Amino acid sequence: MIVVENLYKSFDGVNVLNDISTTFEKGKTNLIIGQSGSGKTVLLKSILGLFNIDKGNIYFGNQSIQNINNKERSILRQEMGMVFQGSALFDSMSVEENIMFPMRMLTKNSFEEMQSRANQVIKRVNLINVNNKLPSEISGGMQKRVAIARAIVMNPKYLFCDEPNSGLDPNTSTIIDNLIQEITQEFQITTVINTHDMNSVMEIGEKIIFLQNGKKEWEGNNKEVFKTENEAVGGFIYSSNLFKKVREVYLRDNA
Amino acid sequence: MIIIHHIGAYFLMLQKVFKRFVKWSVLKELIIKDIDALIIGSIGIVAFISFFVGGVVAIQTALNLTNPFLPQYLIGFATRQSVILEFAPTFISIIMAGKVGSFITSSLGTMRVTEQIEALKVMGINTYNYLIFPKIVAMFFYPFVIVISMFLGIIGGYFASIYGGFCNSADFIQGIQLDFIPFHIGYAFLKTIIFSFILATVPSYHGYFLKGGALEVGKASTTSFVWTSVLIIIANYLTTQLLLT
Repeated sequence: MIVVENLYKSFDGVNVLNDISTTFEKGKTNLIIGQSGSGKTVLLKSILGLFNIDKGNIYFGNQSIQNINNKERSILRQEMGMVFQGSALFDSMSVEENIMFPMRMLTKNSFEEMQSRANQVIKRVNLINVNNKLPSEISGGMQKRVAIARAIVMNPKYLFCDEPNSGLDPNTSTIIDNLIQEITQEFQITTVINTHDMNSVMEIGEKIIFLQNGKKEWEGNNKEVFKTENEAVGGFIYSSNLFKKVREVYLRDNA
Repeated sequence: MIIIHHIGAYFLMLQKVFKRFVKWSVLKELIIKDIDALIIGSIGIVAFISFFVGGVVAIQTALNLTNPFLPQYLIGFATRQSVILEFAPTFISIIMAGKVGSFITSSLGTMRVTEQIEALKVMGINTYNYLIFPKIVAMFFYPFVIVISMFLGIIGGYFASIYGGFCNSADFIQGIQLDFIPFHIGYAFLKTIIFSFILATVPSYHGYFLKGGALEVGKASTTSFVWTSVLIIIANYLTTQLLLT
């Protein structure tokens, strides 16, 4: 579980996050949604420790990241996995080397042990015959799966995904969403996903936080999102006619 | 004020490069890769330029020795002095600022743009040590490139003088042995080591702290070349002032 308490973050005097408090639950896919510029990525990177926060606190389990030493921080980082928007695979390394990389850097495992674990996760993300290919030789959807495999290879307690289905076709997006949800439930990971893909919101939003202008505007799940009266959430999620219809049908069927 | 910020950030970066070392087995592999990319990969162009510029120095010297009382061996002498003291260490370093510097800036800049540096950070790796330290170590092999440059520069001068009919072989060899001061070689290598550190770290700084996208990678490579060249010229002046006067 990750607890965020009264988080503030600014850049050059401009407040980007204002008093954000929330809880990201274990074994659930927790979504951060909001318009571009609402502070989603800053919140995600602040939780990851890539940005120093101005005020507030972040707890991983019972451990506050504000009060830990470098060694504890290093151990905590080994419990985190991250899937970046553009996959962030190392271009000069093969798929297998990319996945083995965290183990090479952080463990004393033998090459055979690392290779066996890499093959396990490659299989788990449903990839075949790609071990020796370079990231540039595989499709965007496959790159995302490799990024997921790399993120879970160390058995993380926390998985972070920054727009995991941006640039993917709807079918591949659904496959990636389902894969993340399956992995989250299977390994009881606390997963935090930053997205503005409405399909993801509807499909895997077990917990949803809606940000607007750096503030938490709404919090709920993919069932509650249909019933919310919040105008900002409504304006964002149901801006397209398709999702307006989906909402109407849902409300009618569940009346 | 911006320049003070950059100077401060550069020295803070250097401090972090030598902290929290990543595994030696990984570093060793990266150092070997960087030696291949930065040193071995530069030998061809350095050899080509050195040979022909050495020849040009010899021809220019010969054409300016119009006084019949001036001995022909001065062609060899002037070629040796020019190549060892300035051309090989300084001008080859400026060329390397273009070749090696742009390579370092663009490769680190691309890693920044594609979030590969963030990916390393999330894994808890000291990215400064992982990305920059191997380049600094690889560039300590740079004096070998300069030895090749010195040798080929003088050979180029020799061939240009002999086959251009400006002097004979014995005169040229007498010239390159005349008043030889071994300390000049030490001075040239000391400069080279300082330049190699600049060549590894200044482009790394520009690549590592890049903000923006593909266009900024191009801009950063240019800026990195300019600042690396400026610092090499300043360091050249200071070392010459300190060691030769």
